Amino acid sequence: MIFRGRVWVYPDNVDTDVIIPARYLNTSDPKELAKHCMEDIDESFTKEVKEGDIIVAGFNFGSGSSREHAPIAIKASGVACVVAKSFSRIFYRNAFNIGLPILESRVVDELEKFDEIEVDTERGKIKVLKSGKVYSSSVIPEFMQRLIESGGLFNYAKELLGV
Amino acid sequence: MGMTISQKILAKKSNRDEVKPGEIVMADVDLAFANDITAPIAIDFVRKLGVNVFDESRIALIPDHFTPNKDINSANQCKIMRDFVKERGLPNYWETGEVGIEHALLPEQGYVKPGMLIVGADSHTCTHGALGAFATGMGSTDVGFAFATGKSWFRVPESIKFVYRGKRNRWVVGKDLILYTIGKIGVAGALYKSMEFTGDAIFELPMEDRLTMCNMAVEAGAKNGIVPPDGVTVDYLKSRGVEPSEYEMLASDTDAEYSDIVEINVSNIEPQVAFPHLPSNTKGISEIKEDIKIDQAFIGSCTNGRLSDLREAAKVLKGNKVAKYVRLIVIPATVEVYREALKEGLFDIFLDAGAVISTPTCGPCLGGYMGILADGEVCVSTSNRNFVGRMGSKKAFVYLSSPAVAAASAVAGKIVHPDEVIK
Ligand code: SF4
Repeated sequence: MIFRGRVWVYPDNVDTDVIIPARYLNTSDPKELAKHCMEDIDESFTKEVKEGDIIVAGFNFGSGSSREHAPIAIKASGVACVVAKSFSRIFYRNAFNIGLPILESRVVDELEKFDEIEVDTERGKIKVLKSGKVYSSSVIPEFMQRLIESGGLFNYAKELLGV
Repeated sequence: MGMTISQKILAKKSNRDEVKPGEIVMADVDLAFANDITAPIAIDFVRKLGVNVFDESRIALIPDHFTPNKDINSANQCKIMRDFVKERGLPNYWETGEVGIEHALLPEQGYVKPGMLIVGADSHTCTHGALGAFATGMGSTDVGFAFATGKSWFRVPESIKFVYRGKRNRWVVGKDLILYTIGKIGVAGALYKSMEFTGDAIFELPMEDRLTMCNMAVEAGAKNGIVPPDGVTVDYLKSRGVEPSEYEMLASDTDAEYSDIVEINVSNIEPQVAFPHLPSNTKGISEIKEDIKIDQAFIGSCTNGRLSDLREAAKVLKGNKVAKYVRLIVIPATVEVYREALKEGLFDIFLDAGAVISTPTCGPCLGGYMGILADGEVCVSTSNRNFVGRMGSKKAFVYLSSPAVAAASAVAGKIVHPDEVIK
């Protein structure tokens, strides 16, 4: 898939408590969660986020709790994908499982809020439109590609159980 | 090439002779669980598949985060769990009145054994590695998958070996060792990896302290924390009604491969405090030169809500009073801890000091309820995370410490060493 959009720039160690604070975890409704996405790190996010925007960040994005509500809130906000220098491992799994594309790259270093980038998830290429510079991302492991091909963990479970 | 204990468990559960770091395996899980926040999504997964759970005895549902129900939405979340449990006749469910914090409850009730492969829809599932199990936290969908299929996929992690030697100083407990370690390697210092805790100082450490250490492995980004089982493990399990014939004691091979070996001399470690807003912002307590005034102290959570933690706090609080305008909140992690603490007279000590004691719950640890912080307030907490907004207002400040330091700070009204207030 290819996504082209404006970026929201965040630092290292963005944890799941700021992505979606626990005070809103008494529901798992994506729309409700999206209303408070990133609220503790960036109050402008929910007001200005647009369908197709991209989040770029530093190391260890999504650290902390295992709440799947975090990638769900991001996805329900309209964000097309997240590109960070690295991800916490639970967030990484969760994002795949709920169908939020994520890629590892250092592209954040040259970006400012609302710069535009183009992300090619299959080729693992990220292009910065203002500079024309292209970054490559580590490839997605084969097993996870298969997981994506079978349509996520749910369909994989169906295949496995023959239901 | 030999294997680490983590590799051995993953190999065994995926029916292989050997697994190597980086490989992805599909393995059979021995126990899968979720809580009141994460279970509804996992239950939905199973319902949509239209199947039974893979093995009723191997799944557990634990309403611990917002119970007794803190508001209507949480009550509804719990109801989703309870309805599912009733409908499927699931045995491993604890109602309010029986329930405790999952990572304290499961080992205490004898559900966790060496060599098991455990997945939980909660990041602190790594706690259970203290008993020599491979235990890791996942999201709800992953755990829903495990509920339905009995399986989960794993990328075999590299391991870092942490070797602790020497004698612990007075007041230094498992919490201080792990805070010190995270301070040394950073919050992503073990990202995707396994933290294996060894060395004579670990083998001398009581099980409760080992649970505290493994609990915070995720705070260094680790996939799991693990202590190879030994005599302390066997004794602890016996006390929980689990006989050695029910499990297998695995150990890492002497030629196992580690991505790093970190040696730590514990005799150099003093009580530690992690400053806002990262668990890695640690300082030895004597390095704190400024007065850090506090508004609240919280003793509880899956990190430090066990009986030995309450005893440590009581040692400090005995004959003391909490400082004016400071709230001290004590939350035993399970009903058994609650009852034992009551029997031992710890509640009298806490109440005389001016503390409030709640029934078991995660409560304030994740900013749920029972002790939310206001703007600008400062809390010293025995929990595991001091992120922005973790315990309430995003303008509040959370410091992490051991129970003894939290208790002493409640008395002094500022962060101090336990020796400063002990009577
Ligand atoms: S006590 Fe805190 S860290 Fe532990 S499971 Fe509950 S919310 Fe999570």
